[in-house]
Formats: sequence, C-alpha cells, structure tokens
Amino acid sequence: MTRRPGKGRRTIALKDRLTPVLISLVSVIIVFGAIVYFVGSAEQWPRIQSQFFSIEAMLEAAPSVGRGFLVSLQIWIISLVCIAIWALILAIFRAMGGPYFAPLRIFAILYVDLFRGLPALLLVLLFGFGIPALNLPGLPNNGLFWGGVALVLSYSAYATEVYRSGIEAVHEGQGMAAKALGLTQWQTLRYAILPQALRNVVPAMLNLVVALQKDVALLSVLGVRDAVREAQIYTARTFNYSSLVVAAILFLLATIPMARLTDYVARRDRQRRLQSAL
Amino acid sequence: MNRIEIDKLTKFYGERLVLDGIDLSVAHHEVVCLIGASGSGKSTLLRCINGLTEFDEGNVRLDGMDIYDESFGRTGLYKRIGIVFQAYNLFPHLTVLDNITLAPVRVHGRQRAEAEDAARKLLDLFGLGQYAKSYPEQLSGGQQQRVAVIRSLATDPEVLLLDEVTAALDPELIGEVLKIIRDLKTQGMTMVIVTHEMAFARDVADRVCFLDAGRIIEEAHPQRLFSSPENPRTQKFLERIIASGRLGASA
Repeated sequence: MTRRPGKGRRTIALKDRLTPVLISLVSVIIVFGAIVYFVGSAEQWPRIQSQFFSIEAMLEAAPSVGRGFLVSLQIWIISLVCIAIWALILAIFRAMGGPYFAPLRIFAILYVDLFRGLPALLLVLLFGFGIPALNLPGLPNNGLFWGGVALVLSYSAYATEVYRSGIEAVHEGQGMAAKALGLTQWQTLRYAILPQALRNVVPAMLNLVVALQKDVALLSVLGVRDAVREAQIYTARTFNYSSLVVAAILFLLATIPMARLTDYVARRDRQRRLQSAL
Repeated sequence: MNRIEIDKLTKFYGERLVLDGIDLSVAHHEVVCLIGASGSGKSTLLRCINGLTEFDEGNVRLDGMDIYDESFGRTGLYKRIGIVFQAYNLFPHLTVLDNITLAPVRVHGRQRAEAEDAARKLLDLFGLGQYAKSYPEQLSGGQQQRVAVIRSLATDPEVLLLDEVTAALDPELIGEVLKIIRDLKTQGMTMVIVTHEMAFARDVADRVCFLDAGRIIEEAHPQRLFSSPENPRTQKFLERIIASGRLGASA
C-alpha cells in the first residue's frame, strides 16, 4: 500500500464526503427513472416488448442460441491463437533490416496494406463461399474453416501493426547495446527487443481481442451456426426478435468483462511505466 | 604497434561533416579522454572505433588489423572492444545476472553455469554481488551504470569505450562509477573515454584530446592541456568549463 500525502483529508466531515455521492446517486436515479417511465408508458411499448423482450420467446430460443454462442467462442479462441502467431511472424519480417530481408519486409508491408484495406465481411464472403466452390483437392471444403481463415487474415493485418508499434516503442539504445554485445539481428529481436515489445502491446492487443469476438458473428452469413445464426433461425420461424436480444446479451456478457480487463491492464501498464520513469 | 590506430576518419550525417579526417592512436594500456562541446563529434568517433557507427572514409585498426577485416568474424570485434553508454542501456526485462551473461552465452557460446560464475565474480569484485538477481529498475543509476560496465567486461575485452558514462547520473552517484574506471586503469585496461568530467579526465587520462567541429585540434598530457592550452578554442572551451565550476576537485 502506498502512502499518499494529505492525511488532512480524514478530518473532512462525513456530511461533506457523502454529499457528492448522494448528488450523483439522486441524479442517476432521476435520469434513468425518467427514461424507463417514458419508454414504459409509451403507447407502442407492449408491442416492442413482445417483439424484442418476450421472456417466453427468450427462454425458448436460449438453448439453441447458447449452443451457437459456444461455436462463436470456439471460432474466437482458435482465430486468436492463429492471429497472435501469424501477426508476430509478419511483424518480425517487417522488423528485419538489411538487403537480404527486403522480400520479407515488402511482403509484410503489402500484406498489411491489402488486408487492412478490405472490409472483413468482403473477405469472409470471398473465402467462405469462393474457395469451397473451387473444390480444391486436399483442402477442407467447409465455410466455417475458410471464414475463419478470412478473419485470421484480416485481423492479422491489424495485429501486425500493433506488434510493430510495440517494437518501435522500445528505446533505440536497446538495439545498440545488443549490437555492441555482438548479438545478431535475430538475437537482438529475440532476446532484447521482443520481450519488451510484447509487454508494451498487451493493452492494444486486448482491444483487438474484444473486436474479434464480435466480428466472429460475420461468419453467420456463411451459414455457420453461431449465436447470431441460431437467433436468426428462431426469428425466421416465429417472427419474434427476442432471440437476437438473447444473442446480444451473451455477447455483452463476454465482451464487457474483457473490456474491463483491458482497462485494468492498460492502467497497470501506465503505472508501471510511470514507476520505471522515476 | 598501437592497440588502436585511427587514420583520416571522415563521417557525414547527410550533408553535415561530423568527423573531419581524424587521426588518433591509442597505445596498449593507455587511457585517452575525448573532450569538447556537444556536437563536436566525440561520441560519433567513439562509436566508429567498434563499428557501431559506419564511417565514410579512412580506417580504424585494432592491433594493426582493419576492424572490417574478415578475420574478426562476425563477433570478434565486439568481444575485444566493449562499450558503455550514457543511458546504461541495460535490458530492463532481464536480471542483472542475465544482462551480463547474455553475450557470453548467446554470442560466444560459453556454458551458462560457467558464464554465471564469471559474472558473479565480477559483481563481487565491484561490490554488487547481492544484486545478481535484481532487475535494473530496482537499482540506483550508479549501480546500473556499474552493471553496464561489468556487462561490457564479461567478454574480456582488450579495449573499453566509455561514452559519457556519468552524464545521466546524480552528482552523488558519479563517484562510484568513476572509481570503477580508475580500478580498470590500474589493471591496465586500454580505454577511450568521452567525458564532461574535466577533473576526472585530468586525473585518469594519459592523454586528453580536445575535439572541435569534427577535428582533434589539440592533444596533450592532461597536466599540460588543462594548465596551459595552446589553441585559442581549447582555451575558450576550458574557460567556460572553469566558469561553470566543473574543473574542481575530482569526485
């Protein structure tokens, strides 16, 4: 526990400390209470409720949507691992200097330009429908696999840039010290630069992790039975949209903790930097 | 034969001439201090000696052999010439011990246990034995700089280059680093030192070179150079130093 200055704060009267808390509490209750009241008393509310928030329909749709969500999670995690590795390889290509590595460097630059410039949905359609239609021998033929490939290709471009910013943020003196000790370019990256760069990029990477979790839903256009697809199937059968709300709730349950974790890691990282700057 | 021979060394940064035909030789066990205003080319000259900075013309020889000669191999030169930087440049994610053993193990293929023994001996020798498992940020600036010196000694270099090694330190921490350098001189290490610590230069150097605009315009034994500089620009530089009170007693 760090000691903070300003012990005098303790002498502030209980009343003075509680007042701000009370004001925010009351104003929050008034504002949100008003919203709930006006929405709930609106003429159309019962229709909206039965269309989107029907408890009965939600319960009915929950098992299949939940099953679909597990599929979403699997795609998410497998893609994450592939993206983390592939993007790191690309970032290393990008970081290697000298004429011999020019082809790798140029490949990485072109790759990022290409896949960052294309909408993820377009890639999903292109790979998910296009490649299975070719019936290539020896390669899997299902939309799920190729849709996943499209996500990995697209997100790797962003992740490569995140890694690169982390590598460039490592002080140039580190590379110089490594060179002066006789380390090769690869050893310099491996032992001196990357361990520091990876620590630098954790907060930014977690942002991508959250974004990817949502974009897994893009695979539903291929007929992959993820949460969104299952919800759509229910909607098409019953003309009730509560199943989509179930899927929305599941996504929020997964992404909000991830977002809080990202905030926490970013804050801790900032403190670490401040401390080491002292 | 001199340990280091620098011959007509010329270096441009873009259009700007930073080293203008430098000639300098350093004998075995000699300590040469390079002094001069910021931007006079001292640090660039130092980094040319071990090939960290590439130069445009002239050549640098170590024991009569061009530093770009293939017989050095890829790592031979770095093994024989160590360098210590102003900002220490320790690796923050590695312990003190791992910082020191990184090059011996990864570059020179020594056994880890053997390299660690050697590193611990050096740490003990310089009074840092208890910090072997610490991380650099847990150490004071003076301790970090001493670790950086030890790291550069871990490959048994014949020459040590020191680039303003006390410039980033609080005044009360400078002494412990300068002491190490004096100890190394006593042990016969050949050193080229870029420094702003004039009192230290006067104390430790066998020869002091004053650089101005990429040239060595005066070089002499420190007693001579500091007491009766001949070149007007040297005189002016030293007057400014004395006016700022930095030619006082050695730390």
